[in-house]
Amino acid sequence: MKGTINQDAKTLESRANSIRVSAILKKYTMVIALVVVFIFFTALTGGKMLYAQNISNLLLQNAYVLVMGCGMLLCILTGGNVDLSVGATLCLVGAIAAQLMSNTSLNAVLVIIICLAISAVIGTWQGFWIGYMHIPPFICTLAGMFLFRGLGRVVLESKTVSISNKLFLNIFSSYITVPGVDAGEIHWSAMIVGVVVAAVLLVRTITGRAKKARKGYAMDSAASAFSKVILIDLLILFYCWKLANYKGIPVMLVWVLGILLLYAFITSKTAFGRYFYAVGGNEKATKLSGIDTRKVYFAAYCSMSILAGLSGLLVAARIGSVNGDTGMSYEMDAIGSCFIGGASAYGGSGTVPGIVVGAILLGVINQGMSIYGLDNNWQYVVKGAVLLIAVIFDVVSNHKTGKA
Amino acid sequence: MADNILVMKDITKEFPGVKALNHVNLEVARGEIHALVGENGAGKSTLMNVLSGTYPYGSYTGQIIYDGQECHFKTVRDSEKIGIVIIHQELALIPELSIGENMFLGNERKGKFGLDWDETFAQAEKHMKQVGLKERATTLIKDIGTGKQQLVEIAKALSKNVKLLILDEPTSSLNEEDSKMLLDLLLQFKKEGMTSIIISHKLSEIAYVADKITVVRDGSTIETIDNSARDIDEDRIIRGMVGRELTDRFPKRPRCTSTEPILEVNDWCVHHPIYTEKQVVSHVSFHVNRGEIIGFSGLQGAGRTELARSLFGHSYGTGITGQLKINGREVHLKNERSAIEAGLAYVTEDRKDNGLVLIDTIAVNNTMARLEKVCSRGIIDIDQENQVAEDYRRKLATKTPSVQQAVGNLSGGNQQKVLLAKWMFADPDVLIVDEPTRGIDVGAKYEIYCIMNDLIAQGKSIIMISSEMPELLGMCDRIYVMNEGSLVGEFPIEEATQEKIMAAILQSGKKEESKGVLQA
Repeated sequence: MKGTINQDAKTLESRANSIRVSAILKKYTMVIALVVVFIFFTALTGGKMLYAQNISNLLLQNAYVLVMGCGMLLCILTGGNVDLSVGATLCLVGAIAAQLMSNTSLNAVLVIIICLAISAVIGTWQGFWIGYMHIPPFICTLAGMFLFRGLGRVVLESKTVSISNKLFLNIFSSYITVPGVDAGEIHWSAMIVGVVVAAVLLVRTITGRAKKARKGYAMDSAASAFSKVILIDLLILFYCWKLANYKGIPVMLVWVLGILLLYAFITSKTAFGRYFYAVGGNEKATKLSGIDTRKVYFAAYCSMSILAGLSGLLVAARIGSVNGDTGMSYEMDAIGSCFIGGASAYGGSGTVPGIVVGAILLGVINQGMSIYGLDNNWQYVVKGAVLLIAVIFDVVSNHKTGKA
Repeated sequence: MADNILVMKDITKEFPGVKALNHVNLEVARGEIHALVGENGAGKSTLMNVLSGTYPYGSYTGQIIYDGQECHFKTVRDSEKIGIVIIHQELALIPELSIGENMFLGNERKGKFGLDWDETFAQAEKHMKQVGLKERATTLIKDIGTGKQQLVEIAKALSKNVKLLILDEPTSSLNEEDSKMLLDLLLQFKKEGMTSIIISHKLSEIAYVADKITVVRDGSTIETIDNSARDIDEDRIIRGMVGRELTDRFPKRPRCTSTEPILEVNDWCVHHPIYTEKQVVSHVSFHVNRGEIIGFSGLQGAGRTELARSLFGHSYGTGITGQLKINGREVHLKNERSAIEAGLAYVTEDRKDNGLVLIDTIAVNNTMARLEKVCSRGIIDIDQENQVAEDYRRKLATKTPSVQQAVGNLSGGNQQKVLLAKWMFADPDVLIVDEPTRGIDVGAKYEIYCIMNDLIAQGKSIIMISSEMPELLGMCDRIYVMNEGSLVGEFPIEEATQEKIMAAILQSGKKEESKGVLQA
């Protein structure tokens, strides 16, 4: 008898373990997928993925996806709505910046301010119709996509306008070099930043746990918390080492990180951010809780356009020129990374770290296929498949049916 | 031995936590009109849904014998195949399609290639003639009135070769003239040999049309009254409908003695948000004293929820007029936020649809109506938020492993507690609770009542909207009765009885001319 009881306890325990493992697998599926895909392409390309230059470029090439993904997340949170106009907005704002700099002698900083102000106007326009006039976002932003693309081409007079303003390029696409430290082959400033960030993260984990323990709040086990932070620290150190080996820290990284941190903070820590989740989860209940849902929609689409404008500047600086096709179908990359990153297609759930994983996953696939030399057309096929699989997984694993 | 077209034997149907039908028996003779009466939630519609196969065979216990044969319906289509057709209270017509298309939806007339439109419309008009509907079959549903839409539903039933027609409150949205026409139509069908079951709250109609009346109460059939001589006494039916005994189902509370009004409403009118000429709430005046629970009784659609929501920051309706005073001061509440700040809370009727964000955690829902209370400069103190939720979890004895649980995973009673906690956290002076115990079991109901009494003990006041009369009688200090948008009665609890309330509702329709001046 005793034996069977023991056996039962054991099977129960192993079952509990397997539940825990499957929960972890479910939570970190996309991270695991990212690791697998990265290893796959590293193997396929004979290690070229790991070259310092490629690691550094991975971020630069996807800066716009990360930045716009943050804005798109807010839109998607409100109920699976997307903004289709961001690629066009990006083009229009980039075009205005390029024209202002090539035709006037305005200071680059002023140009940037003007451009961001114009993005805010575009955002107000869209946010007003969607938030206050209840125009379906899909239609309103589809119209915006044509409107702004057309205006962009008008501004460009159907030409390609190149950007040579030194200050502008420095603000967006140079590398941080500290005299004395970065003189040699290895840009040590990157490494120093990496070590500092890693140390701060580690210390914050320790103090955060201490505070929780003092106040008696529940927390994760020490093993999982520390293994997580150590893993992240190692990644940061590895990344910074690669940066140090290739020109140092790109300024664009600062912009992207700034936006990511800001939006991560807004969505996870502020009342304002909480409202986006609430609206997407149950709009009627949110409204009856005294929250102005119109304002929430307005804010989502307004911030989206501003970020699209900022991305316009980033892209213009990186490529060094703007033409009528700049930013074509970029909206799909931003939308795609949100959904791959676990945002619900019905709204109400999704996180900024999720988008980062989604965007990098898409970026790795792109870069890996490019380095391998796969035909451009096939890259689309693979991206589509990845997006579909990610969303199917999300729906099936969470039984999200939209209605229920 | 009567020739019974339908015998339902010993039907029991359970929903999670609630026994909706408890060993119900029903016999319907061939060629009669059989009425089902009972309060909201007594189980009439559930019984008909069991019969029509909306709840498939196996999800209930008991036997359905139709035309001498035991039936096991898996879908509505199975029951329709042998001539049982149900017409629901909410019409299932598609406004953008024509009458003909609607009639043959899912049952399309097919020609050699695709649909045979000539046949469709010819057939449709044939059945429309049977019900006396003078329209073209190509007219769109949205272009005809509700009364005619009801006729389309019946014509649609005829097109399915109906032998047993079930009508769930067919006249609830019709005016008197259309109602009369519909009832006469039923009598005519009866002459032609059709059997009907009609569910209705309007006793005068039932007395007019029904041969037999079965009373359903608390998920059981109480009695079947013969009305073949058309001599039934309405009071007799009312007694059957409400005749349950009130036992100790409500926690005791000292009677409120305050006469200091905390909330006053004068001459409140609300119009429908889409059909703006329709008055949904009409000239309603009432007050709530500090520390009082007042009840609003009435049938579904009496305008109680609309009244509550329009008071709560104009969250329903247009063209709202009237005066609202809180604590003696007149207030103008333009939106929900201002209502919350003025000390009102509206605990919504439908917790899944309007009340809670099911995919979010208990903690997130708990603080939603007053998030700023756990924020400093717009930044949420997550630890404090969890602490708040944890406090309420303990106070209300919500059964959940943790406050990080998604609300959607909780049972109905526990969801209701989270919803109450959410509005208690908003710290209002007056709580409007709309159907606070709908769909939750008896034990949880008692706990909800206790929470309400605790709130009163803390000096709050409560407006309770409920379709369950015993609950109002057990909990309230005063009861207002509404019907068709107007107040039709006010009873102090000592004088209130179910019979009086029912009578106030049922008789209010008769004295149409004296509407609005009723003040008990």
